[in-house]
Amino acid sequence: MQSLDMAAMELREVNATLQAQAETTNQTQWVIENPRGAHAVAVGLDAPIEVTVKGSTGYYCAGMNAQARVHVTGSVGPGVAENMMSGEVVIDGDASQYAGATGRGGLLNIKGNASSRCGISMKGIDIVVHGNIGHMSAFMAQKGNLVVLGDAGDALGDSLYEARLFVRGTVKSLGADCIEKEMRPEHLELLADLLARAGADAKPEEFKRYGSARNLYHFNIDHADQY
Amino acid sequence: MCGIVGLFLKNDAMQPDLGALLTGMLIKMTDRGPDSAGIAIYGGAGQGLKITVQSDTPDVAFDGLAAALSDAAGAEVTVDVVDTHAVLHLPLAARDAAIAALDARAIRIMGVGEAMEIYKEVGLPRDVAARFDLAKMGGTHGIGHTRMATESAVTTLGAHPFSTADDQCLVHNGSLSNHNDMRRRLAKKGVFTKTENDTEVGAAYISSRIAEGASLGEALEGTLKDLDGFFTFVTGTRNGFGVVRDPVACKPAVMAETDDYVAFGSEYRAFADLPGIDAARVWEPEPATVYFWER
Repeated sequence: MQSLDMAAMELREVNATLQAQAETTNQTQWVIENPRGAHAVAVGLDAPIEVTVKGSTGYYCAGMNAQARVHVTGSVGPGVAENMMSGEVVIDGDASQYAGATGRGGLLNIKGNASSRCGISMKGIDIVVHGNIGHMSAFMAQKGNLVVLGDAGDALGDSLYEARLFVRGTVKSLGADCIEKEMRPEHLELLADLLARAGADAKPEEFKRYGSARNLYHFNIDHADQY
Repeated sequence: MCGIVGLFLKNDAMQPDLGALLTGMLIKMTDRGPDSAGIAIYGGAGQGLKITVQSDTPDVAFDGLAAALSDAAGAEVTVDVVDTHAVLHLPLAARDAAIAALDARAIRIMGVGEAMEIYKEVGLPRDVAARFDLAKMGGTHGIGHTRMATESAVTTLGAHPFSTADDQCLVHNGSLSNHNDMRRRLAKKGVFTKTENDTEVGAAYISSRIAEGASLGEALEGTLKDLDGFFTFVTGTRNGFGVVRDPVACKPAVMAETDDYVAFGSEYRAFADLPGIDAARVWEPEPATVYFWER
């Protein structure tokens, strides 16, 4: 177990140390002590290592993550796991706005609540939120899966492309072009796998699925006079 | 971008530490607002009135001020000079006469109240805090602000907090887009602002609503309907503080509560040195939702 203490080290030194780990490193277990709300902790990792952040972080924790598993024992600020490529990011507490934004792959597992714009413009990432999510979540989400065990705020899935949204609780309102869709066997299977990977105590049958009505994909000639 | 901090003490034993805790929080928010910094600190209510004043030439402006104001107000006025600011202590009944005398001498009034003192200046939060020795101040609650200016110039009067009524003040992260219109609407009702700043209009809106009979909660609810733009507001009153964010809520906010205090910060970083923060309940205030804590 390697320890990096942010009370004694600069952020850049901490990140550079983790970023320097080769894909074949034998030093796979890392702990970051005293993050104290710092920004950009454990960003840009690209090796199959496990990093435990002991405490809470600020903006952009675990951004651009690839391969690594980053586990934050506290809460995270805005933009956690932004543009994640692969690997896993686990947050024991809450996440602030735009968690998992533009993510392309991997699993973002938030044990608490996520606030507004969760999964905005997601492009293939899987996001599981054990609590609630805020307004404008999955705005323009293109690909991937957003699973919410609690409730969703206003305008869920506004201008959605092909991402799949699964919500167990209530949805305050759906955004433009987002509709409830039939839960078919393949969706139940997909959801069961995501819930198992996230260690979530919920049954796939308890969820509703939401997706794009695909009405915004094409120009509607009846709207011509609005331009 | 700006930084906001706030601390409301539930445990009276912590009151001597309020200034030190708030100073630490304020300095943590330097990255969010290096242009100017300010703090409103509340305490010592029930001992007459406090007027906080400011002058760019304090040596001249505050020289002989106590005697002059005592004469003008017909009551004993004492003056405690703190760098460019001074806190005047006077009987409640001498309020209007003292304010008239200060206006006649062109001395800037930062705030008036039984509990509130306001200190704000241009410069890095660390330097501003040191000038006023904020860390030595005690009190029941306080709010602070670090400013990255957008809507008006980097000046002492453009710094937050803004006070537009006794014991009331406002700090703001964001920018209001209908502040000129609201400024005109308020002026028609006889409510005038001193600067071109958008936040002062927000403060004047809230205090005018309260003057019309609204509760603090109702006044803060009103900001959601009547003010356009981006805002996370923290407003201080004699008894506590309130928080409200606009419905889009793109300006960050985080809160922490323990048995000893309620804390507000633009970022979690501001809380890192608070006692017992590891065991605190930490959450993000919901958009378009009013929160307040009062003693």
